Amino acid sequence: MTEQAADGRPKLEGSRSLEVVMTSQLAGDNADTEVPVGRVRFMDAQRVNLDGFAREEPSLGLVALHSPDDPEPGLVVSAGRVVELDGVPEVSFDAIDAYIARHGLDLDVSSEAMGLSDVEFARRLVSPDVPRAEIVRLSAGATPAKLARVLALLRPAELVQAMTKMRARRTPSNQAHVTNRLDDPLLLAADCATAAAFGFREIETTVPVLADAPSNAVACLIGAAVGAQGVLMQCSVEEALELELGMRGLTSYAETVSLYGTEQVFVDGDDTPWSKAFLTSAYASRGMKMRVSSGAGAEVLMAGAEGRSMLYLEARCVAIARAIGAQGVQNGGIDGASVAASVPRGLRELMAENLMVMMRNLESCSGNDALMSESDMRRTSRTLPIVLAGSDFMFSGFGSIQRYDNMFGPSNFNAEDIDDFLAMQRDWGIDGGLRTVSAGQIKALRTSAAEACRAVYRHLGLADFTDEHLSRAVDAAGSKDLGETDTLAVVSAAQAIREGGLTVIDVVAALDDNGYEAEAERIMEMTRTRLAGDYLQTSAIFDESLRVLSLITDPNDYAGPGTGYEPSPQRLREIDAIRQERGVEDLRAEQARFATSHLAVAGPAGPGHDPRDVVIGLSPAVGRDVWRCLSGLTVTEALTELLAGLEEEGCVGRLVRFNDTVDLGRIGLAAARLAGSGIGIGLQGKGTALIHRRDLDPLANLELYSVAPSVTRELYRLLGANAARHARGDTPDPARNPYSDEAIEARYHTKVISLMALERAWVKDGASPEELSQEGLR
Amino acid sequence: MTSDPMVQALSGREVGELTLEAVRRGELGLPDLRIHPETLERQAAVAEAHANPQLAENLRRAAELTRISDDEVLAIYSALRPGRSTPQQLAELAAGLAERGLPRCAALLTEAAEVYARRGLCA
Repeated sequence: MTEQAADGRPKLEGSRSLEVVMTSQLAGDNADTEVPVGRVRFMDAQRVNLDGFAREEPSLGLVALHSPDDPEPGLVVSAGRVVELDGVPEVSFDAIDAYIARHGLDLDVSSEAMGLSDVEFARRLVSPDVPRAEIVRLSAGATPAKLARVLALLRPAELVQAMTKMRARRTPSNQAHVTNRLDDPLLLAADCATAAAFGFREIETTVPVLADAPSNAVACLIGAAVGAQGVLMQCSVEEALELELGMRGLTSYAETVSLYGTEQVFVDGDDTPWSKAFLTSAYASRGMKMRVSSGAGAEVLMAGAEGRSMLYLEARCVAIARAIGAQGVQNGGIDGASVAASVPRGLRELMAENLMVMMRNLESCSGNDALMSESDMRRTSRTLPIVLAGSDFMFSGFGSIQRYDNMFGPSNFNAEDIDDFLAMQRDWGIDGGLRTVSAGQIKALRTSAAEACRAVYRHLGLADFTDEHLSRAVDAAGSKDLGETDTLAVVSAAQAIREGGLTVIDVVAALDDNGYEAEAERIMEMTRTRLAGDYLQTSAIFDESLRVLSLITDPNDYAGPGTGYEPSPQRLREIDAIRQERGVEDLRAEQARFATSHLAVAGPAGPGHDPRDVVIGLSPAVGRDVWRCLSGLTVTEALTELLAGLEEEGCVGRLVRFNDTVDLGRIGLAAARLAGSGIGIGLQGKGTALIHRRDLDPLANLELYSVAPSVTRELYRLLGANAARHARGDTPDPARNPYSDEAIEARYHTKVISLMALERAWVKDGASPEELSQEGLR
Repeated sequence: MTSDPMVQALSGREVGELTLEAVRRGELGLPDLRIHPETLERQAAVAEAHANPQLAENLRRAAELTRISDDEVLAIYSALRPGRSTPQQLAELAAGLAERGLPRCAALLTEAAEVYARRGLCA
């Protein structure tokens, strides 16, 4: 997302019209003054109800896929010249029509493409049997209204299918935002190194203070070079400065070139298709990768949608993007994503925009870069289909820093969500471009990046930073952890960079002089490779060996199951091995850390005869491999409470380990049958506990704690006391399971599986029970 | 597909010579970082062969623009923004570019002048 600084669009003015619609809707609700019942009050309080939902209002452009005022698709060509486009005769062409008519359409295929029925076009788009190249060929001859009509037919699953086939680059990828509230160079460097290590192949920064931009570019360049080879860098600011930073080799791509779907809004944005075409060439002439930026909602926010649907207006933007020769488009709402999301079928529209870019044979940088909902479920629902299908860039800015530090505004996914995203990749076996980085590696890279940045700033006389500042930047989860900083130093460093005409060569020399030869060499190698120009082609990124992956070198060849991109076995291992992954051996080691000399074998276990005798039956690994319950209490702590509870109510407990079963019902029943009172307690090492009686079936019981992770000391004591009451023949108020609203199973099932494996390993058929010592338990 | 050492920077220096050693010797400057028009022409041919004639045209315009200064590039961009230039001014700019061997950029300006006049986008 790059719009705000670049174009300074008059957002406030535009958003008023939207507010009118939203407010009138709320007023309707408020007219019903009766206080709703608790169920409704409870629903009202959920976060999703902070979102705005707009009633469709085509006159304001508040309509996703189709407006009554969208034109009928049509194309009239006479003597090789477009004389009518989507119902508009040449004499009435506005600037957008005129540019598309002259440069945007392949007239050799237009009659074929326009002659296809919408449904037939849509079917070919979705079918794996029709190659991508064929859709690209046909789409080149289709008008904006035609593509909008075709895409409006696709259902969500069909959008996913079509996107899987149509994205230009075979290998999907991802872009990060790296910014902070203070433009702190050391933090930027550390965060860029972190983002690069996580696998982002493009990093976009911007500034809260425009004058800081050159400093941000330098800090990010250094940080990214420390993190990984081949990361493309962008500093999103106004055109002239951005171009200047690129010309000096400090940045390597741009996506600030905004397009709009109506002439009026285009002109309000202070551009025309011709000025944008020129600018596009200007970037290429300085060897910079560039994509344009558009997306639903921009025209609505500017009160300039002219009654057209979001999809139709975006179809015009994408046609212009292709016509001016941009290699790619950032769309999918972008700043207007929440506008699209506020209307029915808005999320379909956002995804259709990305797909349309792919049909026009361009790179898709697929939005997901603006927080479109307060609801975690809605924002996930918005992003997930694109991640499943795979895009050239799934996010045009995943907020790799915390929400509050994102100077573009929070992204739809942020630092808060990186582990969620890594888990989603693993859950679905898809490549979202990210990977796990070990804690040690993150620390080492952040340290190295911050130190290198400090050394360069010092060497070039830009600024100096204290050791305290440096160590805070390395450790910081966000700029709030930096404490008080000297923000004026940043402004003056930026000024020195700009006025001194600093180039990438100066940065390389400074790195080299300060012992960062490898990083200096990395930047030089990338500078050389960029000069070959291969990365100016559609969908180009560098991999970490500086190979260009693009439409040319890595074309998407999806043609149904068994074809197209599949993570390599090595990459799949990387996706699978998230840092939270645990195996049985990890758990065995964790349990071993809690091993003590308690619970030694005291001798064979025999039947008791005292009516106060209650046997506590234990599972086979207790006192051997399993020492700690899921609740975090040690097994001995749980036993101490059980024994104390028994004692309180006048009984005496005995500890017996059963070695022939892991089943708690059978353990409890066997314990009851050994007990003089006929009452037994069963306790598995993981903490599950029950009370059994000798005359019951194995699967029956008197009381049960099945939610082991939530059982407390007090509850174990209560279970012991109740067992004693049963032994006395009383009918106590049963202990109750401590149910909770947490995802107990998600948290603990993997541990349960491992714990049960440890238990099972000690089971021996026919093995006799053993009495265990109670020494040290009271 | 890392850097082909024979590719030249705008300065004429082969990219293989853009080494850390050369940096240490203080030999490198901005023209050594700039892309060469022949490189852009080569990429234009690739784009054309991959079903994107518009990208090819853009890269060819870019090849032309390597020959003019940053300031002039920005000045032409400014002139093309809405309400900045009269049709006459755009036509003169175009003629100047054509004269200096930038025919594609000139054609873009000529076309802009015509449409701007019709759509009220001129100064």
